[in-house]
Amino acid sequence: MIDVQGLNKSFTDKHVLNDINLSFEAGKPNLVIGASGSGKSVLLKCLVGLMEPDTGNIAYDGRLLGSMGYQERQDFRREIGMLFQNNALFDSLTVEENVEFPLKMFSTLNAADRLDRVNECLAKVNLVNCNSKYPSEISGGMKKRVGIARAIALPIKYLFCDEPNSGLDPLTSRVIDELLVQITEDLGITTVINSHDMKTVADIGHKIVFIYDGKVEWVGSNLHLELGYSENPALSAFFKASF
Amino acid sequence: MSFFTELGRFIIFMRFVLKRPQKWSVFWKITFREMHNIGIESLIVVMLIATFTGAVTTIQTANQLLTPSDLFPTQLIPKFVVGAVVSTSSILELAPTVTCLVLAGKIGANIASEIGNKKISEQIDAYEVMGINSASFVALPKIIAGLIMIPSLVIVANFLLLYGGALATKFTTALTYDDLIEGARMVFHVPYIKIMLIKAFIFAFLITSLSSFQGYYTVGGALEVGEAGTKAVTKICIAILFFDLVIAQIFLGL
Repeated sequence: MIDVQGLNKSFTDKHVLNDINLSFEAGKPNLVIGASGSGKSVLLKCLVGLMEPDTGNIAYDGRLLGSMGYQERQDFRREIGMLFQNNALFDSLTVEENVEFPLKMFSTLNAADRLDRVNECLAKVNLVNCNSKYPSEISGGMKKRVGIARAIALPIKYLFCDEPNSGLDPLTSRVIDELLVQITEDLGITTVINSHDMKTVADIGHKIVFIYDGKVEWVGSNLHLELGYSENPALSAFFKASF
Repeated sequence: MSFFTELGRFIIFMRFVLKRPQKWSVFWKITFREMHNIGIESLIVVMLIATFTGAVTTIQTANQLLTPSDLFPTQLIPKFVVGAVVSTSSILELAPTVTCLVLAGKIGANIASEIGNKKISEQIDAYEVMGINSASFVALPKIIAGLIMIPSLVIVANFLLLYGGALATKFTTALTYDDLIEGARMVFHVPYIKIMLIKAFIFAFLITSLSSFQGYYTVGGALEVGEAGTKAVTKICIAILFFDLVIAQIFLGL
């Protein structure tokens, strides 16, 4: 479980996150939704430690991120997997080498065992026969899957996905959503997904956090979305604009 | 951004870069690849520039010293002086400084663009999220490779500058090969080689570290990546010229 308390973040005179209080549950996908510029990506970067919040605490199963020293934080990050909006695949490495990279850096597996693990991860995301391809040679959906395979190569506890459906067609988008749900359930991890795709929200939003203008505007699940629309004009406007 | 702010950021960046690599086998693999990129890939251009510069320097020095003028009757200047001037300036200035200025353009822009591209495509963030010290991971192999290969290129350049000078004696009647070698031998001092190598090591560090720094802090898109390369080359050239002066004053200043 991830607990966020009183999180604030600003850039010069712009207040991007304003007193964010949240908790993300394990074993089910947690979705953070909101319009572009609402602060979703900044929240995600604060959660993984790529940005330092001005004030507030982030606790991973009771461990405070802000209180960790440099080395402790580096070690802790091995429990985190992240799927970036632009995939962030290493363009000079093949698909196989991309997925193998965290294993090479942090595991004691030999080459044969690493290859087995790489193939296992690629099979989990339904990618076969593309081990030797470079990121520039595969489609957007395949890149997302390679990103997910790389993120789960090590035994992670937390998975963060920044706009996993951006730039994908509706069918591929659905495949990625299903994949994220399946991985979250299979591995029993805490998954946080940033999205502004309402189809994704309706399909897999076990817990939904709607951020508006840097504040948590609404928290619920896909089962309560309709109630949310009637209760919250900002959420209603966001939903209507999505279709 | 002020000079001191930039300097502060550079020092903080280097504090992270100069940390122990997390996996030595991966580090050496990348370092050997960088040694190839920095050293072998630059060898031809360094050889060409050194040979031609050596030849041109010899012809021009001979022209200036051996052409009759009102100021110096040519009879007063022995021909081997040309060899002495060419060899000394090759060792002290042309081999380390000119070679490194050329390498600043070639290697510096390349490193800044490569790291800048990794930065804007979130690859640097990906390293960080994995628990990898990204600054050290991307920059340290390049710095180590530069510290090994750039002084080696400077040594090669030094030999080829003299070789170019020797070639030039084939095309001029003003000076013979023996005059050139006699002059070079007459003024050769081992400390000059030390100064050349000190310059080469310092310039190698400046080229690789400043370009890595510039690339690492790139923000924006493709345009900014290009700008990072240009800015890196400009800063490296200024730094090389400044340290060239400082080293000359420390070791050769009267």
